[in-house]
Amino acid sequence: MSDALIELKEVYKSYYRNSMEIPVLQNISLAVPEGEFLALMGPSGSGKTTLLNLIAGIDRPSRGRVRVAGTEIHSLGESDLARWRSRNVGFIFQLYNLLPVLTALENVELPLFLTPLTKRERREHAEMALQVVGLADRMKHLPKQLSGGQEQRVAIARAIVTDPPLLVADEPTGDLDKTSALEILDLLGRLNGEFSKTIVMVTHDPRAAERAHTIRQLDKGELV
Amino acid sequence: MELLRLIFKNLTRHKLRSALTVLGIAVAISAFGLIRTVIGAWYSGIEASAPNRLIARNAVSLGFSLPLSYKESIRSVPGVSEVTYAHWFGGIYIDEKHSQFPQFAVGAGDWFDLFPEFLIPLDQKSAFLRERNAAVVGVKLAERFGWKIGDAIRMRGMIFQGEWDFVIRGIYRGAQKSTDETQFVFHWEYLDERLRETEPWRAGHVGWFVVKIADPSQAGAIAQEIDQRFKNSIAETLTETEKAFVLGFISMSDAILVALRIISMVVIGVILLVLSNTMAMTARERLSEYAVLKTLGFEARHLIGLITGESLLIGLLGGIVGIGATFPAARLFEDAMGEAMGAIFPAFEVAFTTQVACGLMAIGVGLAAAAFPAWRAVHIRIVEGLRRVG
Repeated sequence: MSDALIELKEVYKSYYRNSMEIPVLQNISLAVPEGEFLALMGPSGSGKTTLLNLIAGIDRPSRGRVRVAGTEIHSLGESDLARWRSRNVGFIFQLYNLLPVLTALENVELPLFLTPLTKRERREHAEMALQVVGLADRMKHLPKQLSGGQEQRVAIARAIVTDPPLLVADEPTGDLDKTSALEILDLLGRLNGEFSKTIVMVTHDPRAAERAHTIRQLDKGELV
Repeated sequence: MELLRLIFKNLTRHKLRSALTVLGIAVAISAFGLIRTVIGAWYSGIEASAPNRLIARNAVSLGFSLPLSYKESIRSVPGVSEVTYAHWFGGIYIDEKHSQFPQFAVGAGDWFDLFPEFLIPLDQKSAFLRERNAAVVGVKLAERFGWKIGDAIRMRGMIFQGEWDFVIRGIYRGAQKSTDETQFVFHWEYLDERLRETEPWRAGHVGWFVVKIADPSQAGAIAQEIDQRFKNSIAETLTETEKAFVLGFISMSDAILVALRIISMVVIGVILLVLSNTMAMTARERLSEYAVLKTLGFEARHLIGLITGESLLIGLLGGIVGIGATFPAARLFEDAMGEAMGAIFPAFEVAFTTQVACGLMAIGVGLAAAAFPAWRAVHIRIVEGLRRVG
């Protein structure tokens, strides 16, 4: 394997429904260098999100190897994989997935509970992440007091707060209006350009995909 | 510590649901505590019984008496240090409703020597011994009827016919919480004197003997020896420890106690269902959040801590409120029982052990109710949990 941040080799993924095997990904081999901004596109059901999940270590391949940030993650146990994710991957979801009972600051602070940082250090890191996404003035707000775009920015702050090398984004603009979507794409561009984050983004939106350095298309579980 | 903060925030997410669940648990814990208190009060006589006292009664049943002449024979059994006697009186004071308290005609001279847990001032004891129709009453009984030293009271005999006049000459207190403070005792001689005139065939008999022994470990052998002495006599004896004697009384209410125990188990089941339902609903609603937490790197132990912590907190809050409510519930129960209370439950207190049992119950239910939701949250696949978003 090479020095790419992400490297998949002959990866297969299938699900079983009523003992019938349903192939989702077939023979995927992919290398993503560090600092890349990759967009995964393709029709619904083509396997984009499944591929993203495998790269992020929240799903396992049926066959093949997945190496990310120097770790063969397909062979890690649940606990090791959880620890690996907390250090190496920041997640940005389509529906933000913030905890509704926590303020913006507390949501961003959440991944830091798994680190040895002190309470004060955690607070400083979370405040800094919120400043990066331009929400320093919304720290005490609950998710329901924020707009969709602001919620997504909080989610991005949560994704970067532990300073992971890789950000994965699943339709990050899919639930946003045009203006908010542009803001989020600008922000992702900044994170990639200024902070050298490697980004893998699943999207249906060609305007979003335009921001990526590389676009890979998936069709019926295969990279085309 | 941070997880604890999240647990508190989660608890207040559905305030009404959490409050109703806590209230439900509190009511059930309170009911459990009250039932345990009732069962405990039933057995308080056993707690009060002394290991160095035997009771010798007619082998046929308590309804049959024994000749007073047995006293000296029992006294002479090796190991016996003192003997006294008593007879159930069963009089009516005012009316039947007011008469449910223990009334005994006793061997006045040595009664208080054999029952040192009945604390009576010496001057009152002397006054009691001097007067044939004197009576000593427990402090709870005196408070119930407003009796004072020197008060004259009249009872109508149900077992022993006629009007019976007494003068209160002493009021005793119990040395322990479990000591019965509702008894009414008077001179057996006063009873016997009247019987010699009215029903001479019943005179010279007592209901039972109270036998003090020097060495409690010899209780079995001494009881056997006493019964042996009266074998094949007109009134054979059955001698047992005071504890066994009291247990014999309680066993008459066995069915009620079994029913109460079953009800207390049902109450526990109800609490478990209430909390399990809440926790299952809660966990189902939050599966996507658990999936997000797992995605961020939180492990099974964190999720178990979150769910169990919340369940435990609800259980504990319910337990604390429930234990607190048990005391007024016990007072309400006493009020509802009215004057019969003293006769049925001489010592009625919410014991510390009952409070501990209620607390443990709340903790146990909290842990048990979290088991399935925690298992589900831990085992749900992240991708499956994330699909539930929205």
